[in-house]
Amino acid sequence: MTLSETRLIDKPTIKKDFPFLDGTIFLDSAATSQMPVPVCESMSEHYRLGASNVHRGVYDWSVRATDKFECTRRKVAAFIGAQDERECIFTGGTTDALNLLAQTWGETNITAHDTVVVTSMEHHSNLLPWTQLAERKGANLIWWEVTDEGELDLDQLPEILAAQPKLVALTWVSNVLGTINPVEKLIPQLKEHGATVVLDGAQAVPHMPCDVTKLGADFLAFSAHKMLGPTGIGVLWGRAELLEEMPPCRFGGSMILSVRRDRVRWAEIPHKFEGGTPNISGVHGLGAAIDYLNSIGMDKVRKHEVELVTYAMEQLGQLDGLKVFGPQDPARRSGVISFEFRGIHPHDLATIIGREGVCARAGHHCCQPLMKNLGRQGTTRASFYIYNTREDVDVLVGALKKAGEVFKDVIL
Amino acid sequence: MVVDLAADDDLYKAIILEHYSRPPHKGPLPEHTHYDEGINPSCGDEIELFIKVDDDVVQEVNFDGVGCSICLASASMLTKLLRGKTVEEAKEFRQAFKDWITVREPEPSPVDLDELEALGGVRNYPVRIKCALLAWETFEGALRKQSVN
Ligand SMILES: Cc1ncc(COP(=O)(O)O)c(C=O)c1O
Repeated sequence: MTLSETRLIDKPTIKKDFPFLDGTIFLDSAATSQMPVPVCESMSEHYRLGASNVHRGVYDWSVRATDKFECTRRKVAAFIGAQDERECIFTGGTTDALNLLAQTWGETNITAHDTVVVTSMEHHSNLLPWTQLAERKGANLIWWEVTDEGELDLDQLPEILAAQPKLVALTWVSNVLGTINPVEKLIPQLKEHGATVVLDGAQAVPHMPCDVTKLGADFLAFSAHKMLGPTGIGVLWGRAELLEEMPPCRFGGSMILSVRRDRVRWAEIPHKFEGGTPNISGVHGLGAAIDYLNSIGMDKVRKHEVELVTYAMEQLGQLDGLKVFGPQDPARRSGVISFEFRGIHPHDLATIIGREGVCARAGHHCCQPLMKNLGRQGTTRASFYIYNTREDVDVLVGALKKAGEVFKDVIL
Repeated sequence: MVVDLAADDDLYKAIILEHYSRPPHKGPLPEHTHYDEGINPSCGDEIELFIKVDDDVVQEVNFDGVGCSICLASASMLTKLLRGKTVEEAKEFRQAFKDWITVREPEPSPVDLDELEALGGVRNYPVRIKCALLAWETFEGALRKQSVN
């Protein structure tokens, strides 16, 4: 395979759309991705052409802002395979979406008689809202464990189904291990036993085709900033009949039908969950990011990442003393690779490879229970996206060799 | 003063890696009078300090824990350098180190920082300053707490 075959976007386009990447090997898209110039432009347009609020004014500017805002909602729905755009609520991000869900659906549905399931590979943002809720309500909490190979322990599934959990909080893709959980197999079984399934899509939606209707999930959360969009905007998708039953939890403007002293009527979904002036330019940016991804095609995005991860695992595997955490089969993982190298502390490793121009992440990645399982304080993580190439992997490997040099006399 | 000017790495000086590899005072100290633990929430590093103060003098101090080379080397240097200092001297020393390490272009320190000068390279890596300070903040916390015995 030649180098150019693993380039998803040609060099001139990368130069034009991501000029700042020149000279930097950015391998931290799992934390936040880079924003292409067209996305930046779409956001700044909101201010440059005259800002206005949405859903309020009757003048042109407001019509323009509102049209683009609601058009993005339709784009989001199409992008994730939702049947109804009203099922897509704009939030501040994944964390915000999951907290909103815990405050509304959680508060009204979970009681002391219920069981809540969380997995030990959850990001703190799909973990703490539910453990805190379970504690508040006195509900039973079950931890779904992860095997030594870094996959959900399917042997524990019968125990989980037997407990008839009311809620299962499950990440689609692990931000540490890269594991893609077999959600299309798990969701039907969990639902058959009465569970409501909350999918954390933060690491999945940006990287692979998504069809929530086919999956049969109940809720899905994700963030724009991990999919070429800006920070401060994300989505909570939920099945319409669930959303309709949920009470609003953020009260203020835009979320009502009418307010009288003695009676308030809430707006329809999704607006009843979107109190206050939303992040308008953020929504525009998310729309532009979806356009950008669609212009490539999510199948191709996924294919590119499988190729890169395959190559990276081969190359990393040739380094003496390097251990990759998580599934060893690239087809079962996303573009996230956590590793350990000769016992060098992740902070030291990330610092040294950082000097070689490689941006990678070190630490617990907001997954401390998982770190405990792995018996580590943290890991070093490289994550890929559409702009990365095999050459980036080569630079990473070279930088790791340098780190090995610096620490060659250290006894660990 | 031990500063290995020969080492070309601006951060990972030989003396740092030496402390990291072979810390002389690592492990719990059963007969301590003061104790505290310090956590760096961004990386999960954890340091425990065991201090034995007698007659207002730091007679012994040990550390335990897990962390990066900068964090553990700094902790190890602490256990070496604070030994035998009065509590007052130790506090001044800690403050002097903190003042010296947290400014971009430091004045010469009023106290002899000895091996700690090798840590000056962290100024080029601002996020790592927290690593170099963790043990010293923990020391401060331990002294602030009531004597445990
Ligand atoms: C799996 C997963 N869930 C949730 C989050 C939280 O996303 P945000 O910080 O955008 O709310 C992240 C991002 O770090 C993540 O990787």
